[in-house]
Amino acid sequence: MFAFLLQSVASTFDRPAIDLHALAPEFVLTGALVVVLLVDLFTPKGSRGIVPSVAGIGILAAMVPVLTLALDGADRSMFGGAYVVDNFSLVLQAMFLLAAYVVVLLSTNYVAEGDYAEGEYYFLLLCALLGMLVMASSRDLITMFVALELLSIPAYMLAGWRKRDRRGNEAGVKYYLMGVFASAVMLYGMSLLYGISGSTLFSDIALAVARGNGLGDTTPLITLGVVFVLIGFAFKVSAVPFHTWAPDTYEGAPTPVTAFLAVSSKAAGFVALLQLILIAFIGRDDVVGPLMWVLAALTMTVGNLIALRQTNIVRMLAYSGVAQAGFMLAPLAVVGSNSDGARSAVVTYLLIYAAMNLGAFAVVLIVARKTRSAEIASWGGLFEYAPGLTVLMTVFLFSLAGIPPLGGWLAKFVVFRALLSPDLTAGGVILAVVVGVNSVIALYYYANVARQMWMNPVPDGDRTPVRIPFSLAAAVTLSVVLTVAFGVSDLATHLGDLATFLPA
Amino acid sequence: MDNNEFLTEWGLTLMVFLPLAGALLLMVIPKAQEQMIKVAALGAALASGAVGVAVLANFNYDSSEKLQFVVNRNWIEAIHANYIVGIDGLSVPLIALTLLITPLVMVYSWNHFPQPHNPQAFLILMLVLATGMLGTFVAQDLILFFVFFEVVLLPMYFMIGVWGGEQRQYASIKFFLYTLFGSALMIVSFLALFFVAGGDSFSMVDLAQGVADRNAAGNLAMITQVLIFGGMFMGFGIKVPMFPFHTWLPDAHTQAPTAGSVILAAVLLKLGTYGFIRVALFILPEAAVKWAPYIGALAVIGIIYGALGCLAQTDMKRLIAFSSVAHMGFVMLGIASLTTFGLNAAVFGMVAHGLITGMLFFLAGSVKDRFHTLEIKRLGGLLLQAPKLGWILGFCIMASLGLPGLAGFWGEFPAILSAYNPAPALSQELFRTYMVIAAFGTVLAAGYLLWLFQRTAFGTPSEEFADVEIEDVRVSEWIAWVPLLALILVLGVFPNIIFHVTDPFLTVMGNTFAGLK
Repeated sequence: MFAFLLQSVASTFDRPAIDLHALAPEFVLTGALVVVLLVDLFTPKGSRGIVPSVAGIGILAAMVPVLTLALDGADRSMFGGAYVVDNFSLVLQAMFLLAAYVVVLLSTNYVAEGDYAEGEYYFLLLCALLGMLVMASSRDLITMFVALELLSIPAYMLAGWRKRDRRGNEAGVKYYLMGVFASAVMLYGMSLLYGISGSTLFSDIALAVARGNGLGDTTPLITLGVVFVLIGFAFKVSAVPFHTWAPDTYEGAPTPVTAFLAVSSKAAGFVALLQLILIAFIGRDDVVGPLMWVLAALTMTVGNLIALRQTNIVRMLAYSGVAQAGFMLAPLAVVGSNSDGARSAVVTYLLIYAAMNLGAFAVVLIVARKTRSAEIASWGGLFEYAPGLTVLMTVFLFSLAGIPPLGGWLAKFVVFRALLSPDLTAGGVILAVVVGVNSVIALYYYANVARQMWMNPVPDGDRTPVRIPFSLAAAVTLSVVLTVAFGVSDLATHLGDLATFLPA
Repeated sequence: MDNNEFLTEWGLTLMVFLPLAGALLLMVIPKAQEQMIKVAALGAALASGAVGVAVLANFNYDSSEKLQFVVNRNWIEAIHANYIVGIDGLSVPLIALTLLITPLVMVYSWNHFPQPHNPQAFLILMLVLATGMLGTFVAQDLILFFVFFEVVLLPMYFMIGVWGGEQRQYASIKFFLYTLFGSALMIVSFLALFFVAGGDSFSMVDLAQGVADRNAAGNLAMITQVLIFGGMFMGFGIKVPMFPFHTWLPDAHTQAPTAGSVILAAVLLKLGTYGFIRVALFILPEAAVKWAPYIGALAVIGIIYGALGCLAQTDMKRLIAFSSVAHMGFVMLGIASLTTFGLNAAVFGMVAHGLITGMLFFLAGSVKDRFHTLEIKRLGGLLLQAPKLGWILGFCIMASLGLPGLAGFWGEFPAILSAYNPAPALSQELFRTYMVIAAFGTVLAAGYLLWLFQRTAFGTPSEEFADVEIEDVRVSEWIAWVPLLALILVLGVFPNIIFHVTDPFLTVMGNTFAGLK
């Protein structure tokens, strides 16, 4: 009897083949986050600086298998296609790792000097990072949802890390409530899609979404499912009108966490959107295209107009991040006619955006160490006592504004290119003009900060030079080199073109 | 590698990037070493100038309609942008102008940098500007052109915003926003053009060929071409600036420090008119025919409006700024005629305006330096207090109003004349009307310029300055001004120096328009 049962189980259950090489980045990172906790446990209180080093080394170590996988070049697919390693996942994983490394550099002094739990901070940061790595490889609704929660839940806690600060609490709670609500909407959409296709795999869903399941007219249900899932991620990338959490959360969270949310977490949302739209929903570009068109136009315009009025630099960067998300959504509006171009444009934009935005946050952190303020007015006369820092911030700001030859212009350029090719369509051209006009509006608030730094007097007359800790200097250097290199070489566009999906 | 080969391969690149290298060098020199900073900056400008002179000396003037010194390298492959540089008869005069102006401005500023001083930052910006301007004139790839076209924005923004007059912050951001608005629409146009013309190259020659092929095959909608031209019109028209996009100019010019005003007037405005000819007209001739009547209309409105604006000014520098609007109107009228004759006049007009208005801004700067005001009614009797300065002002004003024998004449008069016989596809009646209006504009020009001269130079010094010792022309001023004054005279007497260079290329272009109906 038992023997028979065992036999039948053994014959029907094949252990899925696990490709250890393919999963190595995730394994290394998991190891690193365990080590981080242990190190924190066994080092005496007060010996700060060890944990961030371990976290940083762990991230760089996880980069090694990403590189070997890239050199190896073979596409790998596991668990029936639910988890893959392809060019897309590798490029994005490398970006997530590098961005997280910069965030660790940004956090080192901030966390060590404030009264914060150090070990847990880096533990959560690495957990979220792990979620992002998984996100880039997931080709299945369940895997994607697990990845999303793995990156979101630590982020909720990190956002409220300044627990004795009322704004910090507001940041955490608001982000949490909005995030959970978005997850619920998304799950509902996912359940509809599963109900129609009978599978959670993107490749199966793509078939069902394109053709229905043969049981009557399922088009309205599919439409509803697609829209709900996309709206769930629209929260994540802070697209208008689902952006309301972003400014309060960004302002209340510790600044390095804000940088992490504004860059990595947003990028993870875009990674998910790309995979869903380009693989699972590609048959319904009649729904996706117009939805993205409206979201993009609204997001960039509203984000920009509100950013104009901000007096706090972190809030300004938050709203500018909303506007930038609009620029990144724009190529998805033409996904029906130019899916390759849209993918390449969004990936390129993400890479460049990560470099320049992290750089801007790094300078904000450095300057805040002296001025103890995030008001833009406190940046007055920075050029007089910190000319180098001023030039760096100017580079980041005008790169965000899209002025050649700094990286941001190329990001905008690939968006324009995606919108206008291969044929000129009215929708594409009008959205391109909207992007163009918005770039000009955006210049005003970026230039406003530059104006403060270069042309205004020092507000309190305090001209003591700014001391730059080593880790922050490293973060700024890395960012500025990449920002400029992306603008004058084909590095970013090349990676954007390279990041193709494994054919289903 | 023999010398010539080296020059062909690297000449233009060196000329463009030597100033940028100089700027990087300046960054590492300690701030206290002011003398060294100035020498290094001037050295970089002169080195770029020397390479430029070598290139221009080896330029084959007998076939100046062909692109020469062409270098074509891969750049951003993923977007099909290449590093293509090269020069022909159209770029040569403007490159020469830029190479001349940059060191002269540095010499002029040598011992009196505007507040808040800081020659290091000021000179770095100036060198970056030089790279941007030279790059625009040599770029033969639209993306490269666009990048250089935009590179000039940042240094000029800071130059006005940091070293400018009282309203500097307002003026600088206005300048930046206006120009960027044009550029944003322009880049959309460039991309649309790229896809329309086949989508495999941004080289201007290839694009023009692609558009011509599709026009020959008759499968390119005119409305598409007209709209693409419209985007470029916004980009270049704001830069020129054409009425009604000119409002940034009086503010920017008036608030900019002298060096900034001179560069702005002498070279930066030409980026717009040069772009019109090099990019818009060259690639989209058929759309240009459709747009020409409107460009012509805006040009003559600019001429009259600029002149009336001048008559209403109370500030010398603002008056000169408005006169730029009028003068660029003549240049645009020449371009709008779409004839070889008109285009030649336009290019000559660019150079002449660069020399003359550049000089006028130098003079305004020197007057401000001495009297600490530019309010016309407080000035007077300059010829008594500083006769040399006064006569130089007189000379430049004569040149500016288009006195025959001086450079200004050859830009203005042929431009008006060209409107008498525009390209065959254009309405003769309309352009002859433009001609009459433009001719009336020259009368107004004589009016406001002579009135300016009379009020500032004639008579006796006002009570306020009667007892003030006014220094006449300084050595650094002589060095900066003599080349410009000499050129105004020489080009006035021998205009063929420029016409000879520009004519072959523009004849080819003019023939294209003559063939369109």
